[in-house]
Amino acid sequence: MIPSRYVREIPQRYRLEGGKCLKCGHINFPSRLICPECKSKEFEKTVLQDEGKLLTYTIIRVAAEKFSQETPFAVGIVELNDGVRVTCQIADAEEGDIQIGQRIKLVFRKIQEDGKAGILCYGYKGVIVG
Amino acid sequence: MRDVAVIGIGMTQFGELWGKSLKDIFVEAALKATEDSGVDHIDSMYVGAMSSGLFVGQEHLGAVMADYLAVTPIPATHIESACASGGAAFRQAYLEVASGASDIVLAGGVEKMTDTSDVTEVLATAADQEYEVFHGVTFPGLYALMANAYMHQYKATREQLAAVAVKNHRNGAKNPNAQYRNEITPEQVMTSTMVADPLRLLDCSPVSDGAAAVIVASMDVAKKMKKNLIRVKASAQTSGTIALHSRESFTTLPSVVRAAEKTYTMAGVTPDQINVVEVHDCFTIAEIIVSEDLGFFEKGKGAEAAEKGLTSIECKRPINTSGGLKAKGHPVGATWIAQIIEIYEQLSGTAGERQVKNARIGMTQNMGGTGASCVIHILEAI
Repeated sequence: MIPSRYVREIPQRYRLEGGKCLKCGHINFPSRLICPECKSKEFEKTVLQDEGKLLTYTIIRVAAEKFSQETPFAVGIVELNDGVRVTCQIADAEEGDIQIGQRIKLVFRKIQEDGKAGILCYGYKGVIVG
Repeated sequence: MRDVAVIGIGMTQFGELWGKSLKDIFVEAALKATEDSGVDHIDSMYVGAMSSGLFVGQEHLGAVMADYLAVTPIPATHIESACASGGAAFRQAYLEVASGASDIVLAGGVEKMTDTSDVTEVLATAADQEYEVFHGVTFPGLYALMANAYMHQYKATREQLAAVAVKNHRNGAKNPNAQYRNEITPEQVMTSTMVADPLRLLDCSPVSDGAAAVIVASMDVAKKMKKNLIRVKASAQTSGTIALHSRESFTTLPSVVRAAEKTYTMAGVTPDQINVVEVHDCFTIAEIIVSEDLGFFEKGKGAEAAEKGLTSIECKRPINTSGGLKAKGHPVGATWIAQIIEIYEQLSGTAGERQVKNARIGMTQNMGGTGASCVIHILEAI
């Protein structure tokens, strides 16, 4: 991965920064140049809530080569308390522990390695909090 | 806009075509379509392909294929819309003829998927790279997220999903161009290797090589060339959010609902009047959700309809008589063109063992990614 591509995403992946539309209040994650809800172009930086609930999930058994050493791993869609939805891995859970509707907290984790000499890529994963 | 007809069809065998190249298979399908139509020239051509750059390392497909098809210097354009590339290519051909800019246009699709090692990674480029794929999700994984949400919301069962694959293999067994011509049992589906829970190997369309092409022409040209006239009655294309998580619901595809509304309005028909349908069953759950979004079944009833056999060839609502992506194969860019070929054959009465009786109006539904793009056409025998 070209480092600049990775660096551009650091505010979102490390600090959960999104853009709140100043006109309609919709939170875009990542931030955008135009709001899909009201077409406004004015945003302010906002930090997402780091807790929410699991809307759906799956266990990936066959992954792309980059993740093939990690299988099986869980991936889900989490709706955070501020309404923003994200796709992320569900970590630290045994098979059978995960259920739709569970409370999830986003935590900072390593997501992938870019080969032996490449950069380590960090971001958010979800863990079950009850 | 003037009336447009499909006047010629051609496709290769779908499957693992180790001995043939990307160019070989496209030209084979295009030559068959041209010969079938009887035309002595084409005015322009569109090539639908999802990712020849990543699969084979070849871009600039419009020119490559025009050169090898020996039709230079006509305009030749590569159209990409992920798994909807073929549908989008056909729509451009349709619009070019409907507008009067051209009289005879070739719309083809091709994908050579066995020339690369990491198909999973290439297919995932149709999703949001930074906010979905970065986290390790695959395409089967994204559809599994939909399947789990659907099963949770509507209490659908594993057996109901399996029924789609079983029916599509039964149809594919009757299709000489299909990649898989073997029938399968529900037990085989439900004990096949788990790919992304709850989807197993036999819920997934395969990795395929293949090409398909059709000749699109003005009705004036069509009347001179053909006895069986197959008219394009409606054409619609829509887009939607690239990420699945951006949608309000994971059990409906807004791009499909919108495109269906547009085509029904343009064609002046209701879902009940459609005699035969090809839908984008990249995974079993996709056929179920799409069959509801097209208005054939109530929301939440598609799974039950599949299990009851309501979508089989002999029933009122035949879906994927060709075997669908599941059994016929899914060479991504060629998929939709092969769908329209099936509908063309059904409406012409030449579908052999797969023939739906008295088929007059047919529909094709093709989508890209998790439904971030959708192309639907309605065809009619006149």
